[in-house]
Amino acid sequence: MIKGRLLAALIFAVTVLLVVVGTRWPIPSAAAYAGGEQVVRTASTPEAAVNNLCEKIRSHAWDDAYNSLADKARFSALDFQHDLVGTYPGLLTYSNLDSFEMQPLHASASEAEIRLRLKWATVVGPSVVTRQLRVVRDGDRWQVEWPIASQPPLAPQVIPVNYLRWDVIDRGAGDDWGMQNVDAPHVRIVDMHPVQRAEGTVILGELLNDDIYPAYVSVTATLLRKDQTAIASEGSFDKISHVLLPKQVTPFLIQFPDVTLADVGSVRMTPFSSLIATSADPVIEIQGQHMSPAPDASLSGQLVNQSGQVANIAHVLATFYDQTGQVVWVADQYVDRALLPQTPSPFNIHIPEDLARKIASERTVVASYSFRGAES
Amino acid sequence: MRRGFLFLMTGFALTIANLALAQEQSITVPKSIEAGSAFSVQCAGSGEGTLYIVGPGQVLRRQVQRGATATFPAGSLTHAGRYLAILSPSQSPPDAGSNPVSSFDVVPAAQPAKMSFLARPSRLPVDIHNAITGAVYLFDAYQNLILTPLPVSFELTNPSGAVQKRSVVTRDGAAWTAMDSSAHEGTDRFIATTGEVSSTRAVVQVTGDACNLRMNVAPADGKLLVQTDPVRDCSGNAVPDGTIVTFTEAIHDEKTTVDVPLKRGIAKVEMPAVRDATLTVASGVSLGNQVRWEK
Repeated sequence: MIKGRLLAALIFAVTVLLVVVGTRWPIPSAAAYAGGEQVVRTASTPEAAVNNLCEKIRSHAWDDAYNSLADKARFSALDFQHDLVGTYPGLLTYSNLDSFEMQPLHASASEAEIRLRLKWATVVGPSVVTRQLRVVRDGDRWQVEWPIASQPPLAPQVIPVNYLRWDVIDRGAGDDWGMQNVDAPHVRIVDMHPVQRAEGTVILGELLNDDIYPAYVSVTATLLRKDQTAIASEGSFDKISHVLLPKQVTPFLIQFPDVTLADVGSVRMTPFSSLIATSADPVIEIQGQHMSPAPDASLSGQLVNQSGQVANIAHVLATFYDQTGQVVWVADQYVDRALLPQTPSPFNIHIPEDLARKIASERTVVASYSFRGAES
Repeated sequence: MRRGFLFLMTGFALTIANLALAQEQSITVPKSIEAGSAFSVQCAGSGEGTLYIVGPGQVLRRQVQRGATATFPAGSLTHAGRYLAILSPSQSPPDAGSNPVSSFDVVPAAQPAKMSFLARPSRLPVDIHNAITGAVYLFDAYQNLILTPLPVSFELTNPSGAVQKRSVVTRDGAAWTAMDSSAHEGTDRFIATTGEVSSTRAVVQVTGDACNLRMNVAPADGKLLVQTDPVRDCSGNAVPDGTIVTFTEAIHDEKTTVDVPLKRGIAKVEMPAVRDATLTVASGVSLGNQVRWEK
């Protein structure tokens, strides 16, 4: 009994001691995360100057970050903030700077060049933005010149749109039991192909909306052993375009980490569809699609929003086929900026190097979401 | 031996006395009544008693004067089924073993007040024989299934006004029919009627895939205006608006694609004007014409 009380008192005392130490002498990164002082050092080197700027960006101290720049006379603090997180609400608007990496490219006594990789934590995963910075010496300290990339303003104009929209009337509480909802859209898996990757088994395929109405879709796959017992069941999550207009096809990719394809006897695919109230706009053109060969294989291009409505989030999904037309890979990328009307926005999708040589053709689709309206 | 005979005679006398008492306290009910209608129960005998009416999902209790008629207003018994009327001594619980009991039926009203109409499917391809089914269940005002045969009329009217009609008599409360989907796309009205009750459902006739897809290309403000002819299926029906048409412009190792929904029967979009570009159009499994832009 006495030993127990002694132990409790000891734990209490140690806890109090640690709280006092943590409060009185916090580690810099903890203080920064807690909203206190930033992890800012004297900008005595180019790296320290860039580090200080990134710490200010991380803590959303936009004005402090702007004031630390060497070329701030060229643009306003608002321009700087818009360059980082976008003018219109987009993926980066609701994200935080998770980490950053610096790669010195060139240095002299008065100036240096550093490649900066900003890794933003967004709701759909990390988004990496790369900037090449010039850092200049001013007396005994270094300052960053920010390569501002401001978007040209849109000319005031009217873009006529024949707005096409579907609304759904569901069965009401007062209806008799004979009144059933309209049938769910008919969707069809037109291709399915399991592949073994280093990270596990991956199910690739394509889903077609075979109906005349838009469909909200998803796909679930269940891996079965040879004795028909289930190994695992997974959904496509965001590796699919969830809203399909009539006759539209989306690729899908379902990952089963730590499952070996050799253990799989069969795969049970379960497509799901339901009616959704949505619109046919905005129409997004994918211009200049170009596949770069290995090494560093990628698919690049530009998205052009053809309607007059801002598309806040755009998700590019690419399906890659071999010479026989079979799907060999599905890759995607979120565009971190809102798509403004008629304004090209680049994308670049990485292709695994071992697959790049097998790819003979590709097909790209874009799913977009506008905060004012529904996904399309 | 004599004692046994005495017991037997006593039991016999008690049974006769009970029967006489039961005759004296009997209740008279109608053989059947319509759900929701007023009815009355005649209670023989003298003194006070409690009348219980027990049926499916419903129990009535009424203090009655034996020898008088107990009347129940309309709406007292609403659930169809077999009911028991039990007359118990006053304040006693109902006991069908020792009290006068009579049974009667509550039957659904003769005329339907409500209809449940199941029409399937809600949409289907054009021109299919017996592909649309309609099933009707008829109920009275209290949701009792009407089992007596009643005529039901089914009508399927397409947007051009053509009507398919069927007349079916219900059997065990239900009637069903099958209709052909019409030759043209659009939303048909499927109506079931009996007496003054009717119910309507919408059945959409869907066209097939696009057929003979064609596009035209014209320069417009430094770009190319690409536009399809009105998109129709192989039977000449207009493919519904919203259907995706994919335009592709390829030049060397680059391409531009855009998925455009049909609006008012056509799909149109502006694409970059690039010399020697090849433009193609497709919708679903249908591939359209190909245009080479040489200007």
